[in-house]
Amino acid sequence: MRNLIIEPTAKTPKVILNSDINVFEISGRSIPEDSVGFYRRILDWVDEYAKSPNPKTNFKFQLEYFNTSSSKCLLDLFRKLEKLSKSGHDVVITWCYDADDEDMEETGEDYKALLEVPFELVSV
Amino acid sequence: MIEALKIEPTHKTPKVYFDPANNHFELSGRSIPEDSVGFYKKILDWVEDYGKTPNTKTEFKFELEYFNTSSSKNILELLKKLEKIHLQGQSAVQITWYYDEDDEDMEETGEDYKALLQVPLELIMKVY
Amino acid sequence: MTYSYYKNMQLNNIIFVYQGEVTADLVSSILHMMENKLDGDGEDKKIKKKVFNVMVECLQNVYHHLDTLEVNVSDSEINDRTALLMIGKEEKDYYVITGNHILNNRIAALKSRLERVNNCDKNELKTLYQAILNDGEMSEKGTAGLGMIDIARKSGQKLGYDFHPVSEKYSFFSLEAKVARV
Repeated sequence: MRNLIIEPTAKTPKVILNSDINVFEISGRSIPEDSVGFYRRILDWVDEYAKSPNPKTNFKFQLEYFNTSSSKCLLDLFRKLEKLSKSGHDVVITWCYDADDEDMEETGEDYKALLEVPFELVSV
Repeated sequence: MIEALKIEPTHKTPKVYFDPANNHFELSGRSIPEDSVGFYKKILDWVEDYGKTPNTKTEFKFELEYFNTSSSKNILELLKKLEKIHLQGQSAVQITWYYDEDDEDMEETGEDYKALLQVPLELIMKVY
Repeated sequence: MTYSYYKNMQLNNIIFVYQGEVTADLVSSILHMMENKLDGDGEDKKIKKKVFNVMVECLQNVYHHLDTLEVNVSDSEINDRTALLMIGKEEKDYYVITGNHILNNRIAALKSRLERVNNCDKNELKTLYQAILNDGEMSEKGTAGLGMIDIARKSGQKLGYDFHPVSEKYSFFSLEAKVARV
């Protein structure tokens, strides 16, 4: 399947969805006004990927900021990964946060509590 | 080391910026010249020359907005020369093909080139 | 006259003020500028982040809700897409103030949301945030109903607000969020 790599901008994160080399990552900042538009293609990609996923899927998040409208879209993405995990596939979400950023750590913990998919918090 | 090749863009021809000293290789803008063979000859000759003593790593960026069909043949020639350099083993070539988020054609073209070649080619979407 | 504006801004510790149309590009420019300023002032990293987050949410809040106003040709004194944006730095806090026109028939709903947020303590805000995050609804504009809550959480203080009557149809709504500098 086609990979999806998106260059970061001042308001949108870097996105790497590469099933060939098994790298799935969203990093940087996510503060677009239209987050639904931005995340739609990511969500669509994951839907397509879920039809025949790799043996192991490790999805890494390393965000500096995100606005509240992104937070909803991220949850939608997590739910898709959760669904994939529940249907028997090996999926792990890695939530990376700056060692000094308590808010980002807490947000990771909040998401973890809402989901039933392996969710690791990593301080960087 | 071979000298850099820098060509300013015009409304019909792309920006060419091949700078081995700074390891920066870029072809960007639009390519719609009537005589694309003439325009691309110097580019292909330069890359041929560069291939004799290339850098250990060559990162080549394509960021084209539009190109006509006659350019597309020359772009493929250029890509094939890069592939040859890569396959000869003296330089690890990495090609990056940028496309605008709404430009399915450019994305498709990148995919097509990727399928035809044995040199690492990565497609990257630009959003606004 | 210019001097009195200058002195007024100094007295009120206003760093930045803008009156006019709010576009996505404008929001980007303001955020970029303020981020540089926060960096330049050597503000603590944690505070910088909170202030930035509050700014993002406040500015984008105005941006999204301006287009809920109806376009009414006869309301010549009210340009639907204009707003007031103000950012200030006092001894103890940063503050972000936004002001925009609002239809009077929307005031009750907004007021009740603000009161609800202000009546929550830290844990209640967190629970409320999660409840709304999780409920699966998203408005057509892609907003999540979370903005106010997030602002209150990052701010750590009650939100200040006011509805100033302008005409039979409109009032001017202002929102103030503070972020402590310590």
